[in-house]
Amino acid sequence: MKKSVIQPSQGWKVVDFPELWRYKDLLYFLTVRGIKARYAQSVLGIGWAIIQPLFTTLVFTIVFGGLAEVDSDGMPYLLFSYLALWPWNYFSGTLSESANSLVANAGMITKVYFPRLILPMAAIFSKLLDFLISFVVLLILLIYFQVLPGWQLIFLPILLIQLIMCSLGIGMILSAMAVQYRDIKYALGFIVQLLLYAAPVVYSTTAVPDQYQFFYSLNPMVGVIEGIRAMFLSRSMPWQLIWPGAIVGAVLFVFGLFYFRRMEKVFADVA
Amino acid sequence: MSDTIIKVENLSKRYRIGLKEKKADTFAQQLINTLKAPIENFRRIKSLGKFEDESDSVHWALKDVSFEVKQGEVLGIIGKNGAGKSTLLKILSKITEPTSGRIEMHGRVAALLEVGTGFHPELTGRENIYMNGTILGMTKKEIDRKLEEIIDFSGVEKYIDTPVKFYSSGMRVRLGFSVAAHLEPEILIIDEVLSVGDYEFQQRCLGKMGEVSKYEGRTVLFVSHNMSAVKELCPNSLILNNGNFLKIGKTSEVLKLYSGKTSEKIFSRIIENQNYDVIVNMAYIENSKEDLDSFVTLFIQLSSNLEISVALDIRLKTSDLQMPVGFGSMGTFDQIDQLKLIKGQNNFEFNIDTKTLAIGEYLLSIDITKPFVKYYDRCEDCISFEILKPTSKHKDLLLSWNYGANAINITSNV
Repeated sequence: MKKSVIQPSQGWKVVDFPELWRYKDLLYFLTVRGIKARYAQSVLGIGWAIIQPLFTTLVFTIVFGGLAEVDSDGMPYLLFSYLALWPWNYFSGTLSESANSLVANAGMITKVYFPRLILPMAAIFSKLLDFLISFVVLLILLIYFQVLPGWQLIFLPILLIQLIMCSLGIGMILSAMAVQYRDIKYALGFIVQLLLYAAPVVYSTTAVPDQYQFFYSLNPMVGVIEGIRAMFLSRSMPWQLIWPGAIVGAVLFVFGLFYFRRMEKVFADVA
Repeated sequence: MSDTIIKVENLSKRYRIGLKEKKADTFAQQLINTLKAPIENFRRIKSLGKFEDESDSVHWALKDVSFEVKQGEVLGIIGKNGAGKSTLLKILSKITEPTSGRIEMHGRVAALLEVGTGFHPELTGRENIYMNGTILGMTKKEIDRKLEEIIDFSGVEKYIDTPVKFYSSGMRVRLGFSVAAHLEPEILIIDEVLSVGDYEFQQRCLGKMGEVSKYEGRTVLFVSHNMSAVKELCPNSLILNNGNFLKIGKTSEVLKLYSGKTSEKIFSRIIENQNYDVIVNMAYIENSKEDLDSFVTLFIQLSSNLEISVALDIRLKTSDLQMPVGFGSMGTFDQIDQLKLIKGQNNFEFNIDTKTLAIGEYLLSIDITKPFVKYYDRCEDCISFEILKPTSKHKDLLLSWNYGANAINITSNV
């Protein structure tokens, strides 16, 4: 029979991946639960995943594209902002969802043992459906504006991995902190809003002065957004904007894994 | 089979408890406090999981608990509220980490501290079976295989595809139970979940539990306030009091220590620092055999940092000064029968003859002294017990009853 030992742990530990694998079914059902619960008993149901980003795009197009006349690199502003909002909505959505995941499921944490990492992970995966649906909308917009994506589209998986890694990394850190410090919940709302303006969602990266471009690109979302814009509009990939963010994203991810694991042991006591 | 499947060694767990906030006397002070609040809050919240300093806000929920469980054993865990039962279960089920100590377990563990953990009101019964099952550690395949059986057992077949929020609370409990009842771990840990749900269903669950431990050799740890359920299910039990381990043994023996609301038969305390010479760690009285017997046994555990002889002074007084008569002092004052202590824990037993005590409630105090030299520890009124009127079949007792006495004979067998 399998022998297990329980004793106080100390310091930094690596995530127990075999254990995580054993609980993959739980991850699956929690993800499904997240999706089903989000749109349960609503008339439009999953349609909200289309309406939300579309309306934000419309508002941005009217305010920033129309009234403020923000430069959109010579493409239709609607498409310009939707291409950015597509990954951005995923990022901001997963951030608040995963940051809340542990607090919202405190009842589970204090009553049963399972790898806690499953909770922020499920939050991030369940948002993928919305992401996929808004991709369909993107395709429709591309057809409408008669834009043909370039061969650079083959790099999309790289950017998506960067996006998910970065979301999960920050999600793990925030969720672990939010268990102990409920301030996270209140701060997050407006931080996400601030971050929106720290990424090239409503404006173009070309608006940022050259000497600050590098620091700007340390924001992992800058590379993701500009990369996606470039590949759908068949421009050359802005690698100089992508790699600094990719490194920051990877660092966040690894740090998140360790930080989460370190904090894990007090979750049940302070949740 | 008599292999040890769970081995718990010196398990301790401490928590932070809230302390009363300092109140400001002046408006200015209040203003400063308000401004300083975020810093104070940060310090307090940060220290929730840390224990560098031993301050007043530290509470030991469990202290130095050690015991072993054999394979196939069904062990009841009893104790009053706050005795540390749930903390023990939470550590055993890996929900929380111990502060110190070690547990060795062999086999898959499933803990049932709540019925229907992870149920989501918007999901259907069927979906929640999968949800709850996977949280409890089952795989999807396992649940697929048992799905029919689980639904059958729950008795809610008709509503299995209805969102759980439309269920009555009873139906929800049934569904949660039947998932849990189909777990197949080697070690099953159950917290007072049986107190919910209707009687008939409870019986079915108890039956199912008894069955699996009997025929499949499963080890079960069962916490309950329902003494009849413990008696029925668990041949052996463990009793905790105030975070201390008191006794493990035959349930009928252990249950004698567990008393109802009125009398406090157990005294125990957790010693938080080492600055003492001799201290009473724990004491309890046990109604030794049948109620025919007029002796009660007092068990005392002393912790000592010295090798020393001390006198034990036990005082008995009535809790109600009006009615029953009978109080006195007894103990081991003579040089020869003083208690010889070794460093560490010392256990003693005393038989107290209650034949001469009047009917009523008594309070017992324990003093540890070096007579006329030094006083070490006192536990004032730490245990109470009640002398009941003997039934008519105990004629010899009846004769000596109801008179009271001012001298009590004790025999000590140290």
